[in-house]
Amino acid sequence: MPRTLTINGQEISARSDQTILEAAREANIHIPTLCHLDGLTDVGACRMCLVEVSGSSKLLPACTTRVQEGMEVRTETERLRAYRRQIIELLFAERNHVCAVCVANGNCELQDAAIAVGMDHVRYDYLFPKLGLDLSHERFGMDHNRCILCTRCVRACDQLEGAHTIDVMGRGARSLIIHDMNVPWGEATTCTSCGKCVMACPTGALFKQGSTVAEMVRDADKLAFLRAARDRKVWNV
Amino acid sequence: MNLEELNATATSERLARAKKRHHIHVCVGTACQALNSEQIAKALQAELKQRGQSHDAEVKCVGCPGLCSLGPLVEVESRVNGQATTDAPEEDRRKSVLYQFVKPEDAAEIIAHLDGEPVKRLETPLDQPFFTRQTKIVLENCGKIDPERIEDYIAAGGYQALMKALTEMTPQQVVDEITRSGLRGRGGAGFPTGLKWGTVAKADPNAYPTNVPEGIQSRKFVICNGDEGDPGAFMDRSLMEGDPHRILEGMAIAAYAVGANHGFIYVRAEYPLAVKRLRTAIRQAQRAGLLGNGIGGTAFSFNVDIRLGAGAFVCGEETALMASIEGGRGVPRPRPPFPAECGLWGCPTLINNVETLANVPPIIMKGADWFASIGTEKSKGTKVFALTGQVVNTGLIEVPMGITLREIVFDIGGGIPGGRQFKGVQTGGPSGGCIPAQFLDMPVDYESLAKVGSIMGSGGMIVMDDTTDMVEVARFFMEFCMDESCGKCIPCRAGTVQMHRILTKIQEGKATQRDIQILEELCDMVKHTSLCGLGQSAPNPVISTLRYFRDEYEKKINGHHKSKPNGLSD
Amino acid sequence: MTNPLPPLGRAAGNGAATAKPDDRLVSDKRYKIIEATMRRYGYQGHGLIEALHSAQEAFGYLDDFTLMHIARTLHLPPSKVFGVATFYNLFTLKPQGAHTCVVCLGTACYIKGAREVLAAIEAEYDVKAGGTTRDNQLSLLTARCFGSCALAPVLTFDGETIGKVTPEAAAQQIAQRMMAIRQAA
Repeated sequence: MPRTLTINGQEISARSDQTILEAAREANIHIPTLCHLDGLTDVGACRMCLVEVSGSSKLLPACTTRVQEGMEVRTETERLRAYRRQIIELLFAERNHVCAVCVANGNCELQDAAIAVGMDHVRYDYLFPKLGLDLSHERFGMDHNRCILCTRCVRACDQLEGAHTIDVMGRGARSLIIHDMNVPWGEATTCTSCGKCVMACPTGALFKQGSTVAEMVRDADKLAFLRAARDRKVWNV
Repeated sequence: MNLEELNATATSERLARAKKRHHIHVCVGTACQALNSEQIAKALQAELKQRGQSHDAEVKCVGCPGLCSLGPLVEVESRVNGQATTDAPEEDRRKSVLYQFVKPEDAAEIIAHLDGEPVKRLETPLDQPFFTRQTKIVLENCGKIDPERIEDYIAAGGYQALMKALTEMTPQQVVDEITRSGLRGRGGAGFPTGLKWGTVAKADPNAYPTNVPEGIQSRKFVICNGDEGDPGAFMDRSLMEGDPHRILEGMAIAAYAVGANHGFIYVRAEYPLAVKRLRTAIRQAQRAGLLGNGIGGTAFSFNVDIRLGAGAFVCGEETALMASIEGGRGVPRPRPPFPAECGLWGCPTLINNVETLANVPPIIMKGADWFASIGTEKSKGTKVFALTGQVVNTGLIEVPMGITLREIVFDIGGGIPGGRQFKGVQTGGPSGGCIPAQFLDMPVDYESLAKVGSIMGSGGMIVMDDTTDMVEVARFFMEFCMDESCGKCIPCRAGTVQMHRILTKIQEGKATQRDIQILEELCDMVKHTSLCGLGQSAPNPVISTLRYFRDEYEKKINGHHKSKPNGLSD
Repeated sequence: MTNPLPPLGRAAGNGAATAKPDDRLVSDKRYKIIEATMRRYGYQGHGLIEALHSAQEAFGYLDDFTLMHIARTLHLPPSKVFGVATFYNLFTLKPQGAHTCVVCLGTACYIKGAREVLAAIEAEYDVKAGGTTRDNQLSLLTARCFGSCALAPVLTFDGETIGKVTPEAAAQQIAQRMMAIRQAA
């Protein structure tokens, strides 16, 4: 059954099983995201897509909240903009995101988000933890210093490839992406070297070996293509 | 066991009990046990045997009577006149003496004085405000019954409520009774319990895809949340240790009401004694036919499993707790869908806190009106608090909702030791706030506590005197939240780290006014954008100390900026 | 054949099977305890945390071999098992000392001086919280509240609760107990 709702005052209609994010995208309304990726299940972790909904005292993640009849959604309030800016600042302070020396420079969702929210400086202490760079895999590499723990690679590996080579170890700020039992990527026996994790990565944390600054181009759309092909036998070429 | 058998067990237990003139209760809760109370029980038993008084007196190991700071505690209950009777008013003709700081060497003297005057040097009055100002519903059996004997619980009227629900009430009537009682969740947020039960009862188990493991025959679940993680809180531990059958009975009634056939008790692994007693209780209840298939001769089946936490505070959050029961990392997920519709393995799931479930049997037995007559308009019944910190009487208390903080701290708690001044009381643990002296006469209920920037929380109440550094308190809680953050959402994972850094800078005298401003902005953002309750409430201790003790922050700022007066300056 | 395990050495699905189970699984009886726990949950994934508890209790810590054994038996991805084992504080991947002292840093203990108690023990034994002494005799850990707040500040030594400790006396109380155990042995 179709639902009618408004986003930023604009009346739109959506299917009842759609999320606010899906409905907004169909209506060409942009809601920023980092942990969302078409083709993967949503986890509501990055909080970039939080929106205001009339009648709800809490901000709701657009990626996991279903549309409802008569819903009044606001995606671009002063408050939301300020929060998004702070979230991006926190990410830039958390690890090492110096764009000038990054393989993903120019092709980075974190960089895009920073520009979109107008983040020109970081007010928090840069933590710069010295995390590892894993180049043990023959084709791919992982730089934990660039990782924002969005878990898109974890989900791509589990849900699309099915190998579940990747998971998260530890917790809180000490969380780290691991392969198998925290072995060097090249020694992970369950890895099929399919590269879906690299496609899924929003930053320069996962990359093809041999890429240098600003060379790493993404093909994240492939994952949505695969999902449709696998689940619905639809090839969206 | 059906109702008749249950009554027969209760009567024979009471009869056996009435034959003994003296009942000696030794507390074997964690605190008293750490002070050797099991040795005391053994010494008392040996002494009775030696004097040939075993026929006339019995020694019983019981749960926590509450006044932990005077432990180990021994209570002697004696019949005043010589007549043994099984009539109910028996209790009225008994007098009790409470002994404090008992050592195993004191056993001989206590036994020798059973029939005479009490041992003066050990006695502590039972008519002191600590006891007389309390109202015991949830804790009524703690300190009275042997938690390792189901018969003792049955003699105290146990499992009667379950029988009443199963044989005289429909599931809907049970839900209605709980709804009418006004009971609200005792785990922190105060959500109306009846509303939650009604939602699970109505929920369609096929609404979401499910993957229930083989061997578990249920399409709805009841979970008892015993992951009491707030530092400074031990209400649920005492309940699980002191009256475990009460929790099982509450769970079974809840399961009947919502249509679940399987339940889990999720307990912290840090509570080994509680785990042991719950395991014993489950075994006993299964053997007595009060858990398992065809309970009490009815068609209702309900099984209970224990699951151990493994040291993660976030697992107190219901979606994280369910992820942990499923065998995964205790990471929360966004709600909706709420567990009531899509919970454990995708099935409708009722999650209630230990204390909430312990309130259920008396509501069923005595009725919703009785329960609703206690407390305030919006907060019914009683609340158990763990009273600790800089206060004379530390321990476990149960008070009617609406009592003032002053009564709790100064009457029941006996005030501040060492002639110091009261500064504040911290409620709700890392999710709560510090309440200053100006609110001492405020009634304790969900709304009032929220109004002054704290929460009821699970019931930890930490009293602070004028020597306490409030910025340090805020930093302590922030460090706690930072270490316990699961790391899934950015505001909580990275925000707590930055807030902790600023608080540390302030403590080190390296911060500026601007840092306080950034801290306040971070508090606001983390509170409103975090995924789960941990992050959403992590800033509370900072916000409340900034609100009431801002001068302490400002004094530590570079250049010693002029401080604002204590209190609501902004 | 009562053992339903795929023999260790058979890597996940690539067919390089050896018929003989790893010697350690046979010779070390403690694996039987873990096995019993996993059986109780029908070798299903939801028994993972209980299996880890079992292993932690049997060995005092979780090594890669044991974690891999659990992953294989429960048919779980190794990364998931490792992720769960490192999420929860009570699981440790390193061997512990002969004795364990846990200092409670809950709120009640904290405001009654637990930090000073911890500092005193750290200084006396030259070990930082979370670490083990060089002679492997004592592991010093901290906890987030034992719920024994009435006895604050509290620590436990090999599971025994010691309440109302002072910075001055704490190290001595630990030394006494270690001495008593050594003499008994």
